[in-house]
Amino acid sequence: MSARSARSVSRRDFLQATGGLVIGFALAPRLALGQDRPAPLPGSLNANRMLDAWLRVDPNGTVTIFTGKIELGQGIGTALSQIAADELDVDLKRIEVVSGDTARTPNEGQTAGSLSIEQSGTALRFACAEARDILVSAAAVKLGAPAAELKVSDGAISAPDGTSVTYWDLARDADFKREATATVKPKPPAAHRWVGKSIARRDIPKKFTGGAAYVQDVRLPNMVFGRVVRPPSPGAQLLSVDEAAIRRLPGVVAVVRDGSFLAVAAEREELAIRAREALARSARWGETESLPPAGDALYRHLMSSTVPGETVVEKTSPVVAMPVKTLEALYTRPYQCHGSIGPSCALAQWQDGKLAVWTHSQGVFPLRAELGKALGIPTKDIRCMHAEGAGCYGHNGADDVALDAALLARATSGRPVKLQWMRDDEFMWEPYGSAMVMKLSGGIDAQGNIVTWSHELWSHPHSTRPGASAGVNLLAARHLAQALAPGLPADVPQPAGGAARNAIPLYDFPNVKVVKHYIAEAPLRTSALRTLGGYANVFALESFVDELAAAAGADPVDFRLRHLKDPRARGVIEAAAQRAGWRPSVRGDGTRGRGFAFSKYKNLACYCAMAADVQVDRPTGRVSVTRVVAAVDAGQIVNPDGVINQIEGGIIQSTSWTMLESVRFDRTRVMTRSWADYPILRFTDVPEVEVVLLDQPAERFLGVGEGSQGPTAAAIANAIANATGKRLRALPFTAERVKQAMA
Amino acid sequence: MILVLRAAHIGVAYACGEDKEDTMASFTLRVNGETRTVSVEPDAPLLYVLRNDLELNGPKFGCGLAQCGACTVLVDGKPVRSCVAPVSTVAKGRITTIEGLGTMDRLHPLQRAFIEEQACQCGFCGNGMVMSAKALLDRTPRPNDRQIKGALNGHLCRCASHNRIVRAVHRAAKEMRP
Repeated sequence: MSARSARSVSRRDFLQATGGLVIGFALAPRLALGQDRPAPLPGSLNANRMLDAWLRVDPNGTVTIFTGKIELGQGIGTALSQIAADELDVDLKRIEVVSGDTARTPNEGQTAGSLSIEQSGTALRFACAEARDILVSAAAVKLGAPAAELKVSDGAISAPDGTSVTYWDLARDADFKREATATVKPKPPAAHRWVGKSIARRDIPKKFTGGAAYVQDVRLPNMVFGRVVRPPSPGAQLLSVDEAAIRRLPGVVAVVRDGSFLAVAAEREELAIRAREALARSARWGETESLPPAGDALYRHLMSSTVPGETVVEKTSPVVAMPVKTLEALYTRPYQCHGSIGPSCALAQWQDGKLAVWTHSQGVFPLRAELGKALGIPTKDIRCMHAEGAGCYGHNGADDVALDAALLARATSGRPVKLQWMRDDEFMWEPYGSAMVMKLSGGIDAQGNIVTWSHELWSHPHSTRPGASAGVNLLAARHLAQALAPGLPADVPQPAGGAARNAIPLYDFPNVKVVKHYIAEAPLRTSALRTLGGYANVFALESFVDELAAAAGADPVDFRLRHLKDPRARGVIEAAAQRAGWRPSVRGDGTRGRGFAFSKYKNLACYCAMAADVQVDRPTGRVSVTRVVAAVDAGQIVNPDGVINQIEGGIIQSTSWTMLESVRFDRTRVMTRSWADYPILRFTDVPEVEVVLLDQPAERFLGVGEGSQGPTAAAIANAIANATGKRLRALPFTAERVKQAMA
Repeated sequence: MILVLRAAHIGVAYACGEDKEDTMASFTLRVNGETRTVSVEPDAPLLYVLRNDLELNGPKFGCGLAQCGACTVLVDGKPVRSCVAPVSTVAKGRITTIEGLGTMDRLHPLQRAFIEEQACQCGFCGNGMVMSAKALLDRTPRPNDRQIKGALNGHLCRCASHNRIVRAVHRAAKEMRP
């Protein structure tokens, strides 16, 4: 983001900003050398440098922390308050959290990429350490004692002579309106009271007592209920609709038709739904075949793309022996849904030309900018406020529905609109996780070691979030009469990567080549689904490691360890194998088997290894994943149960992706419209999960939210191969596919 | 207590009505031990009456198709998918939502167990899980894993908190045993 926006500053902007030609000329060479850039600060402090952007101490005995990261059910509010309470030496109960409000919080971009603790947690840690220092210095003056001799306990600062003063007394004098310096060292792990403990999440009690916990629970005075009527297919255009008839229906307040965008507002929610149905019946659409072929043809279609391969990494070691045995295998992953349990929802209200939006977007600031572009108004006239939605697992319809609500609310004379997508809106229009093809080849030498490795992949974009490209990527914008299209997004750059995320093996293979075909033009909308390309790449990579291990006659765990030097990678592999009771080179018995897999998410975040047990019913092809044992190294752990919850949830969610999930479509329409068309894992099929945490209190935070999905798919594939001798390379492993493979 | 909500808005809707089937009717509902009167169309799904007229947040809109279970409430002790239950069909029953089980100060053992087990991520499915678990425990006070999973199998959870949910139901069952 920052690099892109820096590039986009024109010469004229620059001269205006610096006050004239002469100064501009004088400054330019120094700027080019980076000498005028402020010193880098840790985490998100770097882009939000004022202390008072991050916290406020109030005379009423509370501390409010401000974060640009938002709660997605991952427990971020709780974890950040643990960090703040520790650095400030206050009880956890005193911490209040304000998150994701363009009028009140720092801009931390998207809450994505398993980065919230790394970015926001690090910023708050340094900001709070510095704030404590400022408060203690103020107390030193007041108490007439050296700062070094003062002790802080729950906000009470006391001197050796027994005199004391509290944060709350000092609140009015303490000046946080200054740039952070990050010179105050945060506490060592041994001094933590809250960090490292499984503190109960603060967002949970209201969720089980009917509290107002979600954007759906926001009720505004005089509010009306909105629904959209989407085209029946991605290529469809609205030809005609009898709006007047719909306006006469009971309770209808407004019907908006703009190009192919169609929406209705009504006094009551069920009347809005009925009006939506009536509009859909009345609308005539012109449809075109805009979708790729389905089934196996989809993958041939992807591979026939004319987009040339781009080398992501190439490493050669000429001294290594030639392979004595080579293998090649093709793995595929279909389009898959986020499938939030609650379809997307937003509220919008226009007052005096200004727009207020309540949203479960993962990035209120990027959304505000995108809304500004779509609606043609300055961002200063838009306020986006986050309220939780149902879990999103990436870029779903959250941002899109905000524009829908804003467009509809322009027609309701200032009355606020709560616009709720219906189930089929979400299934048919959320951006999917891209279909992908991974072609792996590799060779082993006479000792059975991998000496050559190649990973070539084909993929559509994995990030088309607001702000990810030029143009406007809010769904309704492309349907308006004055259509605004999204620009073609660039791939997420390495080292994190998007399409090629986790395609570069962490193993010490002497010859490695990774090539991606990044097909930016996507016939079906795609964007970030938890792990981006990581899920499919780790599935392929870790399946292929097992295929080569089998070719080398090696045990999969031992085979991995002998290709890995990274001690933390080895640590999780050994821990998972040990806890699972891994027995080397044990073959499955035809129906039961066990598989192993490992990855370091993004090659930058947490380390995760796991063993999965499966049971295969050969006659029907039904596979039960019965148990998964995982080990995780996430650096310093803020909230152990929070980490376990993320890893465990990731394993089960990925089991669902891996066993069941693919979006259905024909050449014209998406056929996935309800849960009947998109089965997901249910209670009776959920594996038992055990998670072992390897705490590293001296190491920096490593994100965990997406750490377990990739290894899960591979561990299951490897377990099925172990059980049956059959290698499955096409996701998902439906009963039909497994049965075919067994035949 | 009798509440008539949003009479003015309903009046507007009524005046616009052209078809006979759009006629509003008055229903007296028994919700969480209180009596509430609403003016709605007989086929209005109970979910919207609970959420919008009675301002109860517990039952959630998830699919509108009785597929996911997020909207579950109890009618005479039995789990009902309120997103497809016309208000006219439940007007005679005793309706219980999660708000009727307990409050923050006086949690029902199931609510306490779900909180103690941290049995959710986003929590959007949690309402339905708790309500169906309530119905299960009322008829089967000592359920085994299979019975719990069977009772909840019609409920979808996307964050994948299934195992925590099963543990929470066990915990509640233990606490509720005499």
